[in-house]
Amino acid sequence: MNNFGYSISPSSRIDLDKRDNDKFTRIVLLEPGFRKCMACGLCSSTCSGANFTDVSLRRAIEMIQDGQEKSAIVLLKGCMLCGKCNIICPRGINTRNLIRNILKVYMEELQ
Amino acid sequence: MNKEVLIIGGGPAGLECASTLLMFGYKVFIVEKGSELGGHLRKWDRLFPESISASETLERLLIPSKKAIVFDETEVSSVKLKDGFFDIILSDNTELHVHSVVVATGFKLFPAEKKEEYGYGVYNRVITNADLEASFKNNSRDILQSKRVGFVHCVGSRDEKISNRHCSKVCCVTAVKQACEFKEANPDAEIYCFYMDLRMFGRGYEDLYLKAQNKYGIRFIRGRVSEVAENVDGELVIKAEDTLISRPLKVTLDLLVLMSGMSKNPDNDQLADMLGLDIAEDGFFVQHDPTINSIKSKIKGIFFAGTVTGPKTIPETLNEARSAALAVHKYLSE
Repeated sequence: MNNFGYSISPSSRIDLDKRDNDKFTRIVLLEPGFRKCMACGLCSSTCSGANFTDVSLRRAIEMIQDGQEKSAIVLLKGCMLCGKCNIICPRGINTRNLIRNILKVYMEELQ
Repeated sequence: MNKEVLIIGGGPAGLECASTLLMFGYKVFIVEKGSELGGHLRKWDRLFPESISASETLERLLIPSKKAIVFDETEVSSVKLKDGFFDIILSDNTELHVHSVVVATGFKLFPAEKKEEYGYGVYNRVITNADLEASFKNNSRDILQSKRVGFVHCVGSRDEKISNRHCSKVCCVTAVKQACEFKEANPDAEIYCFYMDLRMFGRGYEDLYLKAQNKYGIRFIRGRVSEVAENVDGELVIKAEDTLISRPLKVTLDLLVLMSGMSKNPDNDQLADMLGLDIAEDGFFVQHDPTINSIKSKIKGIFFAGTVTGPKTIPETLNEARSAALAVHKYLSE
């Protein structure tokens, strides 16, 4: 077969049918405020780490809700747990607890 | 002599306006195009934000307006303004000679089949907000047992393709209300709301949104549904973008509810011609003094009440109806 120099790239589309609901439910149990996020972006705008790294709790929450855990972990790994987002969250989500539990639940599966 | 007032439209606005005018001692006529009074309220099951019963609400509006003289299945055929009186001829050839007119002809629910990409009228499992209210009312198991359910906000609103650039305002909270009610009827349901902005402007609405997220676990996805297709099993495959992470997504659902918005009443053009009033670009009537006096038209003696001048909630409509009645009273007392 001729090689035209093209290849099929994987789809970037999220398939919500494939989301892991068990792990999602575990996170909700560990931090019940998880579902309250309204994606205002206060956490990520106040984040000290976000100036220098890819840390974004707002994006990570959205990623997890879409079943993209691996991408979410990348966005949280650089977090130093300073807790500024915890103070600023207008919905009163315990963001520190949330970040710790997201990393705990999803990292253990990956290892 | 009792002065006479004609109210065009027998929905919540017309009924509440009639009750107030009757209280002042006026003789009130209601012209209603449909066969029954109550307008869209008659088709609804429960009302946001407290989920009170729509039929009980309607009953409470009907009782005090009972003394109004109702012409049902009737329309206004002609209007002539002469010596401060309005000479009206109705479609059944009745002639009325009234001192004042209140226009309360309401809105039309956007015909969802016009948004062809959503497949309303093509796929059985695509329904509208009005259909879902009917399902709640009839306790339709077939609909309420659906496991994966999507709500599409802004169907027929904020959309220049179907000439409705305006926001229909009440659909956001209606979707949230219906999503919560669905989850109550079927706790196993998995519910998604596809929205562009959530406009929770009223008292208690934001709380309802929070409850939808926190108590009922309803997932809100920011992004409009672009298309719907049916797979071989008769399930619906929905495409949208999660604009918060800028990635396209797809999800398979068993039921899709289209939040049809409030559109202009198609009779507005003809009525405006007869009354000598103006219609704005959005198809609703032009108010003469929208900020200070929303019920005032440009013609003395003609007033507006309710959604004939744009989308409104029931409490707003009722307050406006009372306000219009007061304006009629002031006009006729001069």
